Amino acid sequence: MKENIPADLKYTKSHEWVRLEGPTATIGITDHAQHELTDVVFVELPAMGRSLKAGEACAVVESVKTASDLYAPLSGEVVAVNPELARHPELVNTDPYRAGWFFKLKLFTPAELDGLLSPESYAAQIA
Amino acid sequence: MLKKTPLFVAHQRLGARLVEFGGWEMPLCYTSILDEHKAVRSAAGIFDVSHMGDIFARGPAAADFLNSVLTNDLAKLQPGQGQYTLLCNQHGGAIDDLYLYRLQAEEFLLVVNASRIEADVSWLDRQLAAFPRRQSVELKNQSDAWGAVAVQGPKAVDFIDCGFQTGGRAPSALRKNEITPVSLAGQPLWVSRTGYTGEDGFEIVAPADAIEAVWNLMLEAGKPFGLKPAGLGARDTLRTEAAYPLYGHELDEDTTPLEAGLGFFVALGKGDFVGRASLAQQKAAGVTKKLAAFKMTGRCPPPRPGYPIWSVSGGAAPVGRVTSGTQSPSLGIGIGLGFVSPELAPVNTAIAIEIRGLRAAAITVPRPIYRRS
Repeated sequence: MKENIPADLKYTKSHEWVRLEGPTATIGITDHAQHELTDVVFVELPAMGRSLKAGEACAVVESVKTASDLYAPLSGEVVAVNPELARHPELVNTDPYRAGWFFKLKLFTPAELDGLLSPESYAAQIA
Repeated sequence: MLKKTPLFVAHQRLGARLVEFGGWEMPLCYTSILDEHKAVRSAAGIFDVSHMGDIFARGPAAADFLNSVLTNDLAKLQPGQGQYTLLCNQHGGAIDDLYLYRLQAEEFLLVVNASRIEADVSWLDRQLAAFPRRQSVELKNQSDAWGAVAVQGPKAVDFIDCGFQTGGRAPSALRKNEITPVSLAGQPLWVSRTGYTGEDGFEIVAPADAIEAVWNLMLEAGKPFGLKPAGLGARDTLRTEAAYPLYGHELDEDTTPLEAGLGFFVALGKGDFVGRASLAQQKAAGVTKKLAAFKMTGRCPPPRPGYPIWSVSGGAAPVGRVTSGTQSPSLGIGIGLGFVSPELAPVNTAIAIEIRGLRAAAITVPRPIYRRS
């Protein structure tokens, strides 16, 4: 199966993606992850204003079959959460890198970005 | 090493995502669980159920033997009729729930859960060994020789006859729970008007080497009507909406049909059968746990098997646990089945489901949980 791994994003071992926009990072789960989960029926997002440490469990994505934790790829403050996911959790399946985004962080420690995986490294990991 | 049904290659060709189920490698879904669920509710879906067990009982004393080990009364079955029934141990605990068909006056077919084939055969053999007229009963486990598919949905009746040669009644003419013999290219099959989804539908039992032809025939005939292949994921969301029990969840050897709300299928007045005395006693004394269907009343993660159930009026301990739970594709809300203390079982009782440490509000509802309006 040809994996969809956009070249302009960074990734984590636990299948989150990061899109950097200045000091803010948008975070979601990869196409590989949504495919493994099957139909997403519920998403629990972190509270606005919450401070997250890199690696901290911060969200839950529930599919028909199972619940899965999301881990903060980076440290930061939650400055936005996706309002569409409450009514349309299926966006995580149909558009994981755009409309299916989870939350945005104002980064505390941009240097942490160096610890994330490149598209090539992520591809190798899920191969 | 996982077992595979005769339709395994067909599932691979359709691009199915495969999962392990009770020692079998089965399709979880082909496109998506929600997609397949919706197809069954609006048009039709076809399921591979070849992993289920097929046990035949024949002979002049077969009817009496079976009636002495099953809870429902088969004396009312004419040839060509079937019934839902249970096999219980001496304590009234369920060994399995199954469908019993009377094919001829002295020929019966038991269609049993895949995960319970060994347990059922072992139990039936043991009961038969102690049955006085055992020489007049032949029991044969032919699970490996037979396959089966289920065609379920409002449009199923529109194409179910396609391709079959029918000497007797056409499948579309069957009433609920009836079964008829048909053939396909000289191979004998059975078609029943039964199912596990809460929709109208049919189940087709065929020799293992004919089931792929049946599968292909149905896919072809059903395509213009919107028929889609459907996997175990949708099978589970559909049967949960219908509030049907799944052995291992709502039923096990420590749970009686009365506790699971299946008293309708226990004919205490038919004469003696294994478990009768215990069940009669339980009926008189009252059950200590009762199965309830419930709906979540707000936005929350879906309820899942094993989650504790709490009373809303306090209490130091949970009053029960969820046995089946999911986000209902048809209702868009969490639904489930679970055991509660009997006073909380009546419909419209507020309860709380503990979901990852938080108690979410729910209410008990009538069965089925989803009904086509």
